[in-house]
Amino acid sequence: MSEEIEKLFKDMAQSIIDGDSDISVELAQKSIEMSVPPLDAITKGFVVGVNYIGDQFGLGEAFLPELVMAGEAMKAAVAVLEPELIKLGEAREIMGRVVLATVEGDIHEIGKTLVGTMLSASGFEVVDLGVDQPADKIIGKALEINADLIGMSALLTTTMVRQREVIEELDKEGLRPRIKVMVGGAPITRDWATKIKADGTSEDAVGAVALAKQLMGKE
Amino acid sequence: MRPKLTLLSDEIIARILAEAYELLLKPGIKVQNEEAREMLRREGVVIDPETHVAQIPASLVQRALESVPREFYLYDYDGNPTVHYGGDSVHFDPGSSGIAMLNPETLEHDTTETEHLIRLLKVAEQIPEYDAQSTAVICHDVPREIQDSYRLYLVLLHSKKPIVTGAFTNKTVQEMIDMLALFAGSAEVARKNPRAIFDVCPAPPLIWSNFGAGNLIALAHSGIPAEIVSVPLSGAAAPVTMLGTVTQHTAECFAGIVIHQLAKPGSPIVWGGAAAIFDMRKGATPMGAVETAMLDCSYAQVAKTLNMPTHTYLGATDSKLVDAQAGLESGISAMIGALSGINMISGSGMLDFLACHSAEKLVLDAEGIAMAKRLIGGVKQHTDTLATGFYDDKINFKGGDFLKQKITMQLFREEQHLPGSVIDRDSTRAWKAAGSLDAFGRAKLRVQELLASYSRPELDPNQIERLHSYMLDLARKAGIEELPRLEEYEPA
Repeated sequence: MSEEIEKLFKDMAQSIIDGDSDISVELAQKSIEMSVPPLDAITKGFVVGVNYIGDQFGLGEAFLPELVMAGEAMKAAVAVLEPELIKLGEAREIMGRVVLATVEGDIHEIGKTLVGTMLSASGFEVVDLGVDQPADKIIGKALEINADLIGMSALLTTTMVRQREVIEELDKEGLRPRIKVMVGGAPITRDWATKIKADGTSEDAVGAVALAKQLMGKE
Repeated sequence: MRPKLTLLSDEIIARILAEAYELLLKPGIKVQNEEAREMLRREGVVIDPETHVAQIPASLVQRALESVPREFYLYDYDGNPTVHYGGDSVHFDPGSSGIAMLNPETLEHDTTETEHLIRLLKVAEQIPEYDAQSTAVICHDVPREIQDSYRLYLVLLHSKKPIVTGAFTNKTVQEMIDMLALFAGSAEVARKNPRAIFDVCPAPPLIWSNFGAGNLIALAHSGIPAEIVSVPLSGAAAPVTMLGTVTQHTAECFAGIVIHQLAKPGSPIVWGGAAAIFDMRKGATPMGAVETAMLDCSYAQVAKTLNMPTHTYLGATDSKLVDAQAGLESGISAMIGALSGINMISGSGMLDFLACHSAEKLVLDAEGIAMAKRLIGGVKQHTDTLATGFYDDKINFKGGDFLKQKITMQLFREEQHLPGSVIDRDSTRAWKAAGSLDAFGRAKLRVQELLASYSRPELDPNQIERLHSYMLDLARKAGIEELPRLEEYEPA
């Protein structure tokens, strides 16, 4: 690897760490001009930054705004590189397809949106349905995009029971274990996740990425 | 002189108001309730048919502000006006809508049921620092459809104090309004001498949901007071700056007051909230953070320039136990609330971001409230001379000289708050003899005493009967035949 490309990769990682979409887009374009394979730009450049900021968050050294901005910078860079990948007939390895939603009757979504940002930054294909989503909509979308994972959020103890309803419906339709289910939200405990037969839960967005990778057998 | 805490200059407040008016036009307010949109449309408000975003002009806000009552009272069971909303009056009530309660023995956060709410009611009823009760926790032993009305029912049966409550749906708010009317004897009495006030939340940023707006409209029609609980989260669901957050809060309150006053001009409504910063490490909403209290102090100052009654959420902690963190966060924030002259300060007794209640914490928090109230009582001049009059011929330069003065006996109760048994001022020897307890240990004992000394209020048996049968009817519609048994109402 030439020194120039090495520096480019370093700058790419740094642009993610800085959460600077302008620069990450600029570097993505530059890599195309330099004929750097787009897959390399992603995995050897930008992803390094995402992983770094995720680790720092885990250590308590990075904070949510940095995490979100890193995710946004990643998304912007990948958007530039994706047409190149398609042209080359390549594809970035999709870690998995995920449907995210806040369950019916609940309108809280800060945490869920964060999980979506981190999952897409980490190579998952994410469809975020938003808030107040009934079981049939969530499952319908999962079937439509051939999802590997469903992630459900609930902030209220009065709405967390809806997570169970979705899981029961999936079971009834015989869609598990093909579709795996992650649950999250302030009142959600490991015990609750076990009780409703979810495949896992995590305290925060970084943990949710690790869980999703693990459920996909990628870690 | 009464001490006051103010954080904003007049100039900044003027800019907050001006920018809040701008926000009402751009980006506007999302109004997700059809009836509210219809009322706004009739006033010529432009509403996007797709997004339901309304552009509310300042003139409409100013008209609404003119018709809002500047003050009103909540009444106790006996018809005494005991809670004053308006001016710089300060009251405290236990926090609302907890879903768990700290078990003082296991330290687990138990899922709340009927018995937990009753325990909290019995304790708060006997503590004078709580001017009102609240529908403090959700009772998970009854169906979801009646969980809000059932809480109100329990408070009416176990307390004589005014009540801070709230509904969970547009259907149940009407049931709760009807319950209050039935209990009071008529809708007219319930309106004239309101016993309860209902918290109603907009959704940040700048949304009045179908449920929030629907509640405002139902309450306005009934004349039962509404309390806007706007919950901007700095840095997540509101701008990261305090001034930006307070401005968004102002815009959300403006829009709520417009909807409420359009439904029925002159109905009572309060400028309130549970603003908080957003914790950037944990994604949590810390109620014990000093910035949270600063936001509340600031928006109360904005409300006061408009001469609006005020409410906030302070006196709570994010700790999971009744520990040192609980004490410092609750005490400091209660103090800031009192110094801000906020009419109703909700939150006492609560742990864990308002999710968990504790009877022991209620007892301890009452001491913090007493200190805050003593502070705003200020330093008073009781005597003509400040000091010289105390030194007569009997002074012989000994430490006990002033204990022998009649005026000491006359005035010490006015000058000093006398704390209860949870505050330790013992000698080490006496403290050891009493079991070497920490504050939590002493609070546990105090709670046991209060539970033992409680007796249910003397209520008119006809009222009780009406209330029982109304609640039972709601319960049967929700699919249960009987309500949980109430110890205080068991036949002898």
